[in-house]
Amino acid sequence: MTSIAASFADAFALTLSLDAQLYAIIALTLKVGITSAVISAVLGAALGAGVAAGKFPGRSMLIVLFNAAMGLPPVVAGLLVYLLLSRAGPLGAFGLLFTPSAMVIAQVLLITPVVAALSRQIIEDAWREYEEQLTSLGVSRARAALTLLWDTRFSLATVGLAGLGRALAEVGAVMIVGGNIDGVTRVMTTAIALETSKGDLPLALALGVILLGIVLLLNLAAYLLREWSVRRYG
Amino acid sequence: MAAPFVTLDQVSFDGRGHRALDQVSLRLSARSTFILGPNGAGKSVLLRVMHGLLQPSAGEVRWEPMSAAWPSGLAAGTPVGVGDTEKIATKTLSGARKPRLAMVFQRPVMLRRSVLDNVMYGMAAQGAAVGMAADIAQRAPAAANIAQRAQDVLARVGLAHLAQRPARVLSGGEQQRVALARAWALKPDVLLLDEPTASLDPHAVRAVEAIIREIAAAGTAIIMTTHHRGVAKRLADDIVFLHHGRVAEHTAARQFFDEPVSQSGRDYLKGDLE
Repeated sequence: MTSIAASFADAFALTLSLDAQLYAIIALTLKVGITSAVISAVLGAALGAGVAAGKFPGRSMLIVLFNAAMGLPPVVAGLLVYLLLSRAGPLGAFGLLFTPSAMVIAQVLLITPVVAALSRQIIEDAWREYEEQLTSLGVSRARAALTLLWDTRFSLATVGLAGLGRALAEVGAVMIVGGNIDGVTRVMTTAIALETSKGDLPLALALGVILLGIVLLLNLAAYLLREWSVRRYG
Repeated sequence: MAAPFVTLDQVSFDGRGHRALDQVSLRLSARSTFILGPNGAGKSVLLRVMHGLLQPSAGEVRWEPMSAAWPSGLAAGTPVGVGDTEKIATKTLSGARKPRLAMVFQRPVMLRRSVLDNVMYGMAAQGAAVGMAADIAQRAPAAANIAQRAQDVLARVGLAHLAQRPARVLSGGEQQRVALARAWALKPDVLLLDEPTASLDPHAVRAVEAIIREIAAAGTAIIMTTHHRGVAKRLADDIVFLHHGRVAEHTAARQFFDEPVSQSGRDYLKGDLE
């Protein structure tokens, strides 16, 4: 009990001391997470809109695939990217393994299906509402897809924030492809895992508390955005 | 009877294992035709098949190119608002333009944007001035022209003061007026209306009725379904009475309301059919 209390005290001291190492880790975490989330949001929303408004063979299969990919275990995604990027792999020549870029690739692989599946649902619901009216107006399918993306932009933004939340909290994939190298690819989650196994609980706890705080803020932002958009646009 | 501007030839529609339309043959030539009938008679399906939103399982819907066959005044097409920059390039081989159709639904579909943008969206979608202006330099004035025309139409449905409001926060009656403005702004030759006054309060029904009357007066043919007999009595030239997906009768409105030809029409007016 005392050790937990002491750890918390140390953790807060650390957080407040603006420890350079700690902040470098937080900065890299945000950089990797936000980059992954933005790429995934664009890819996922485009895929979601295409599947929602499109009619093509294999559409149902694609939906099942997206939904299944939402449950893709991060370590498996990490392993796949590792195989792709390793020296002997097909993309080995780029020398990306154990760099932040590799971490972004792995996270995009993890988050895009989530964004695609959720945005497909959102866009398809909007399409069900709009279909007859847009068809009556003679709107082309491409224009309809753009209309749906624009009209669901706030819901899609909250999906993007959920994706960011997942990226920040993810450990398995970034550990494998990033390697948790101090000062290069060490992010909050991998640092927590490492410090905990080393027994440096105050640092792990400090990181944990900050990570929780960031995720909480993200959810608050998503909630407020939703509330505001419903009030503003109905 | 005048030459028809739309002809339905043995049109059937099967939906969900149920025959919604059964060999419907119709020739419409009146300025305003109201489709009446009890619930489930196939009124909405008929409108959608005419509009092309639903493909008939059998039979054919034929719209005449704009010509003398159209009720007088229709071919000329009275412009709405100022400026008439759009000359839609839907020419048939003979050179006559295909008729423009617009539809207003029972539940108005409001896009998540302002009232004005909802009206302009329809105009832009139709390939109005912005898309048609060949020269980039002409686009800005053309766009301004669209906005101006959208404003004018909104003024005519009495919603100019709400132009900048988000459309989805308006009341049901106001939303239906926006939907009418959006359709009207397209300068349609034919306006199809599917129960536009259902689920509106009496005040809103009167407002919608007045707008439809104005649209018709401006030269647009009206084809409308409704449960409001008063509205049909006041606005209809012709009545098509549907029962079980078949045309029970197609008569002048006065005749239908005074002395319907069909037994089901008589039952309907007595209130035995709902």
